[in-house]
Amino acid sequence: MAEPDDRVLHLAGIRKSYGSGEVESEILHGIDLTLRRGEFAALIGPSGSGKSTLLNLIGLLDRPTSGQLHIDGEDSGQLDDTGLTRLRGQRIGFVFQHHHLIPAFTAEENVAMPLLVARGRPDAEMFERAGQLLDQVGLAERKQYLANRLSGGQQQRVAIARALVTNPSLVLADEPTGNLDTHSADDVFALLREFNRRQHTTFLIVTHDPRLAARCDRIIELVDGRIVADQAVASA
Amino acid sequence: MPFEWIAAVRFLREGRMQSLLIIVGVGVGVAVIVFMSALLSGLQANLIKRTLSSQAHITLLPPEEIARPQQATDTTALRLQKQAQRLRAIDQWQTLRDRLETWPEIAAVSPVASGPAFAVRGEANKAITIVGIEPERYNRVISLAERLTAGQLRVGAGEAVIGIELAKDLGAEVGDKLRLSAADGRSDTLIITGLFDLGNKGVNARNVYVGLRTAQSLLDLVGGVSSIDLALHDLDLAERLARRIAGETGLTADSWIKTNAQFVTALTSQRVSSNVIRFFIALSVAFGIASVLVVSVIQRGKEIGILRAMGATQAQMRRIFLLQGGIVGFFGSLLGSALAWSFLMLWQLLARNPDGTPMFVIGVEPGLVALAAGGASLVGILSALLPARRAAQLDPVVAIRG
Repeated sequence: MAEPDDRVLHLAGIRKSYGSGEVESEILHGIDLTLRRGEFAALIGPSGSGKSTLLNLIGLLDRPTSGQLHIDGEDSGQLDDTGLTRLRGQRIGFVFQHHHLIPAFTAEENVAMPLLVARGRPDAEMFERAGQLLDQVGLAERKQYLANRLSGGQQQRVAIARALVTNPSLVLADEPTGNLDTHSADDVFALLREFNRRQHTTFLIVTHDPRLAARCDRIIELVDGRIVADQAVASA
Repeated sequence: MPFEWIAAVRFLREGRMQSLLIIVGVGVGVAVIVFMSALLSGLQANLIKRTLSSQAHITLLPPEEIARPQQATDTTALRLQKQAQRLRAIDQWQTLRDRLETWPEIAAVSPVASGPAFAVRGEANKAITIVGIEPERYNRVISLAERLTAGQLRVGAGEAVIGIELAKDLGAEVGDKLRLSAADGRSDTLIITGLFDLGNKGVNARNVYVGLRTAQSLLDLVGGVSSIDLALHDLDLAERLARRIAGETGLTADSWIKTNAQFVTALTSQRVSSNVIRFFIALSVAFGIASVLVVSVIQRGKEIGILRAMGATQAQMRRIFLLQGGIVGFFGSLLGSALAWSFLMLWQLLARNPDGTPMFVIGVEPGLVALAAGGASLVGILSALLPARRAAQLDPVVAIRG
């Protein structure tokens, strides 16, 4: 079995509620979850089940009301906003549903953005790395295109390259194919899978698509703020 | 270039129309401020120059003679008749002159013997003021030589330089003779060697410049002077320096600021009102920048959220928007200075004296442009404080979803 320090993500008793007093409502009722290095997991569940809330907590964009959240063994509860931002920048990559590139920058610059933000100044190395990743997602020729001149599928591939540019431990993908046609969706999914196999990056993919979930290694099902099922997928 | 600069420039470049409009807005504000400042300082410098063309910066006079009661008394009803002031000499004026010449604040010292007399030529008879001078020294206080319209500045024995008004009144020209008669029947006949125009009709009609010795004998001030005129390096120090000299010498020291009190008050209130106007222009420019940036923060909410998710800190987000304010202010000030320069050129083309010479010379000094650029950039940064704070505090979860 995997070693304990293999744990990329560890959640214990995570609760999240919004509002306060009379109108307080709890969205997540005690989530325990561990993801290990190299896992490729799907998070499924009906809308309103708390998937997005959970993803925001794991992505350190929000803080839990109670419970513990460790990323690479580091306790997020101990960190202030700057500490969270740094941990997020170094260890977590995001792929959003609506690709979310920054239109004022080129594809290459968008990919290098997490490094630029962390280092404060551009350097040759970060653009070299961005170029390699764009090459790997098949967009080597579009490096200098402004982000909004790319098609939806291309933008999502740029977003994947961006999520991986810092060599993160964990990539969170929120409906990464939700906005794409079937063909592009398959391409994008294949890309995620490829990076997972090649670099052993851990992926947590939120999806509505049972077909897509079935192609992951593990399916975690969230209903009404609780994990109701968590099972490995029999490999084909 | 640091990340914050890159992002700020890209954001401004992407929001082309918005950025352009606000830069033009800042530019118009800066142009008005620069134009007003240059015009006002040009105007004031010109007014002061004209006022001081026939006046010393400080004039030293003997202390006033005050009548004192012979015995102090509370019981006797007493009316003190104020005494008429005689023409008196300044004690030890040579020593004083030499001492004042060593003061670093003082540019020139010129002893003057002056007093009333009549100028007589044929039938014409005019009340005038004899001004006995040492031409070399006097010229450094009031540039008489430059103001001559005819002849030359020569005031040796038997020579006089008179104003153009007096010349007209007496029908005299250079080379003509002029009889001056003072009190007690002392009189002298002089040859007119030059005519001056000091830009002041009263002075042009009244002053008759003669050599110091000639004046001394006409006014019965043998070996003495009635006043000492001073020129300073810094005009604004006149009043302070006058007080210091008065304190040290016991003489009466009148600065141009005191003798032209109303004029100086007018200049000051002009400056104050223009400062108020400038302040409000700067304020409205600041509100303009702030409102554009507030809108930009809202428009860029999603991008701010993404950058935050990519690891950008709150401080980085804040700096991106502060920089945008600063950049807008800076470029606006460059545009504004260029506009102000064109206004001034146009103004100088149109505002002319009847003879076609420019009314007065004004220009945009590099210092003023640098000040405007620095000031506008600072105003830009200050007005970006609030939008920048909003950008930094934006909740990335909300921003990305929105």
